[in-house]
Amino acid sequence: MATSTEARKPPLQLAAKLRRVLGGQAGWSGFLLQIVFVTALVWIGYEIVENARSNLAAQKIASGFGFLSNTAGFAVSQALIPYSESDTYLQVFFVGLVNTLVVSLIGIFFATIIGFIVGLGRMSPNWLLARIAGGYVELIRNLPLLFQILFWYLAVLATLPQPRQSISLLDSFFLSNRGFGLPKPIGTEAFTAFAVAVIVAIIAALVLRVYARQQLFAKGRVIAVWPITLGLLIGLPLLTVLVLGKPVTFEYPVLRGFNFSGGLRVLPEFVALTLALSTYTAAFIAEIVRAGVQSVHKGQSEAGASLGLSRGATLRLIVVPQAMRVILPPLTNQYLNLTKNSSLAVAIGYPDLVSVFAGTTMSQTGQAIEIIAITMAVYLVISLITSAIMSLYGWRISRSMSA
Amino acid sequence: MSDTSFIAKELVAERAAPVRSAGFIGFVQTRLLNSPTNILLTVVSLLLLWFTIAPTVKFLLIDAVWQGQDRTACLPENVGHAVGACWPFVQAKFTQFIYGFYPEPERWRVNLTFLLGALLLLPLLIPRLPAKSVNAGLFFLAFPVVAFFLLYGGGINGFGISWATDFLSTVAVHITDVGRRLRGMGLLSDIAVIGYLLTLIGDGVVAFGGGLQLVALPFEWLRNEGVNHGKPVWFELTTTAIIVSLLMFLLNGHFRSGWRALANSISVFAGIAVVIALLRLDRGGLPIVDTRLWGGLLVTLVVSITGIVTSMPVGMALALGRRSTIPLIRLFSIAFIEFWRGVPLITVLFFATYMLPLFLPGNFTVDGLVRALIGIALFAGAYNAEVIRGGLQAIPRGQAEAASALGLSWWKTTRLVVMPQALRHVIPGLVNSFIALLKDTSLVSIVALFDLLGQLRASFADPNWSTPTTLFTGFAFTGIMYFVMCFGISRYSLFVEHRLNVHRRS
Repeated sequence: MATSTEARKPPLQLAAKLRRVLGGQAGWSGFLLQIVFVTALVWIGYEIVENARSNLAAQKIASGFGFLSNTAGFAVSQALIPYSESDTYLQVFFVGLVNTLVVSLIGIFFATIIGFIVGLGRMSPNWLLARIAGGYVELIRNLPLLFQILFWYLAVLATLPQPRQSISLLDSFFLSNRGFGLPKPIGTEAFTAFAVAVIVAIIAALVLRVYARQQLFAKGRVIAVWPITLGLLIGLPLLTVLVLGKPVTFEYPVLRGFNFSGGLRVLPEFVALTLALSTYTAAFIAEIVRAGVQSVHKGQSEAGASLGLSRGATLRLIVVPQAMRVILPPLTNQYLNLTKNSSLAVAIGYPDLVSVFAGTTMSQTGQAIEIIAITMAVYLVISLITSAIMSLYGWRISRSMSA
Repeated sequence: MSDTSFIAKELVAERAAPVRSAGFIGFVQTRLLNSPTNILLTVVSLLLLWFTIAPTVKFLLIDAVWQGQDRTACLPENVGHAVGACWPFVQAKFTQFIYGFYPEPERWRVNLTFLLGALLLLPLLIPRLPAKSVNAGLFFLAFPVVAFFLLYGGGINGFGISWATDFLSTVAVHITDVGRRLRGMGLLSDIAVIGYLLTLIGDGVVAFGGGLQLVALPFEWLRNEGVNHGKPVWFELTTTAIIVSLLMFLLNGHFRSGWRALANSISVFAGIAVVIALLRLDRGGLPIVDTRLWGGLLVTLVVSITGIVTSMPVGMALALGRRSTIPLIRLFSIAFIEFWRGVPLITVLFFATYMLPLFLPGNFTVDGLVRALIGIALFAGAYNAEVIRGGLQAIPRGQAEAASALGLSWWKTTRLVVMPQALRHVIPGLVNSFIALLKDTSLVSIVALFDLLGQLRASFADPNWSTPTTLFTGFAFTGIMYFVMCFGISRYSLFVEHRLNVHRRS
């Protein structure tokens, strides 16, 4: 008689599994606790809805999102998508959203540049430079952002000269208390060809890079990529310019009366907000960069040097990739903070989402619940998407580390 | 042998002397001027300093005007040279920056509150001083209550008994109402089973409400006794003290080990009695100062300290909820935390100012400052929850397992073993979130509260002081105040962090 050596199956224990699913480790008492909790939540929710309904009825406000298709009837000082006073509140929402995104993106761009410069400066062997960078970080981080925005807007930009005496650079850039005037590029018929050439050059450069890497790994053949890339990126567009003529012409701002007309005009509010947001966030980014670079063990670059890699190659191939792994998650967090902080625009009247939608539109329509809910939802969606991407990134990192 | 060449014949040439690295000159040589790049960087840095620090010092000190009565003192044509900071402006507006429009004769109350807070806070911050738990209890529990009666004023009509009566009867009325509605829905329902179930649940809820009403009866009787007695506050305080002290005594092991709990309870009530007597809360207390009159540094400190004190319990509850294994509680905590962390503070303040009043019963109005405080408490609570969760995760699992092996319940494990260790780990993180909160309080100026920054903005509108340098002077003054506060706290946080990590450095 053959005795089975296989292990017995574990007992099914349906009740225990069910208990675990319903109540966690606390078991049935946990299940009971959450029933009580949910009942309390439902009750609070019910009270809120009832109260809101009766309050709205008392104030004679119709609830619902129908107001979005009403005519707004107010002007917005900066609209990057077509907008006029006769457009709907929905269009106002999109105008505000675009403005928020634009100021955030430009702020992120400058914050990153300033942040990396200051962060690297803090680690400089030069004592004076390191101290200055440290002083910058401490000063900026210990003052409220709203204070800085108001400082730039009320104090600094207001002391700039009138448009007539504006500070000009090459007679095409003008800085005055009415904002920042710069030439506006206008595409000519050659522009399409130019754009195509640029795109083709970029794609070719990327393909070349992949090919060179493949050759390196497969045959150990080193191809110098950068001269060809440089040639492609400059040569192709240049060729179209030579053949077809200038791709863009510029419209210069001209002083008419008390203000400038023509050209691109950047609102003073936008300048103040971008300045404050980027310098403020840069101080935090600087600390992140410093922490990231310092987190790479010194032995790593020493090992690189002992393999015969040059200083630049050690940095590029060994230090930076490892530092980026530490830098990237908190850096994204700072980008998110900058986007959320751009809502402070409402204090100086830059027409961002909070200002035109949760500010002007709400005071005109009185639809507080719907408008604040939409505004909160926009920021929530932005931050949830970002954190989803970040956790995907974290998952990939942890996978590549364990492999 | 002689042609072996492994012995060097010549002496190795002398090396150059090492660059001196000690002393001032050595320091300059090694840290500032050791290579062409570094020389360039040093020159650029010096230029940068020259163009930032020099004008600032010139503005704040050298060119500044120190005395004057109005704007004429700060005009260049009267002074005779370029004018820097206009300090008389700050002197004239100083009381506004500190108190806002708090009435002049009542300002001693604000000063007294500041003094009390400082007296309680200082010993809390010095690690060497004893009695931290008593001190913390006084600062976090007693001080806010005393500060409220000092700053806002007003008195009380009853004590524990009246509050219990009011609370119980309100809840009972609400629950009975819900039960009736459920039964009504059940009776109207088309599907028999659901209708029957709803009626059943409704009856149960009504019965529960009735029971609560019964529980409230003895309290109501006691309250009426107090009113008949003539001095309701003192009567109720005494009865509450007796009931609570007895309960503490009995619950903490009566004759065996309950004496300490009894003594604690009696001293707490004695302290409450002293406060009531000193502030005359039973006789209407101090005159009421409406929060619309508050402003300046007072509002900044009130909002940030109330924010951090109220956000702590919220944060702890959410952090525990997020680590709980009970599915719905965990889900709720995650959603709650991520929601508040995902939206900007300004929308939270808009929510608290414009949306919250709609959610409350129509006859129930909340003060503007309190609404902002609720918003800030929720917002800061979500951030604190993540900080505290970090601390909880740093505690090895063995701690909780050892505690439960000793037979402690989950509550006791958390309260006595896990939470104290976790909180100690995250003190620096909590201090950092306090700094963030202190900076963020400036946002309340957007919802029509006048904190330090709001007051500054308001003071710019004064035509008596409109000079070319008023704006910069005001910003310089407020900037220095904010910087001193935030920088001081962050240095303290570094000091605590250093102290906590002593055992980690070998």
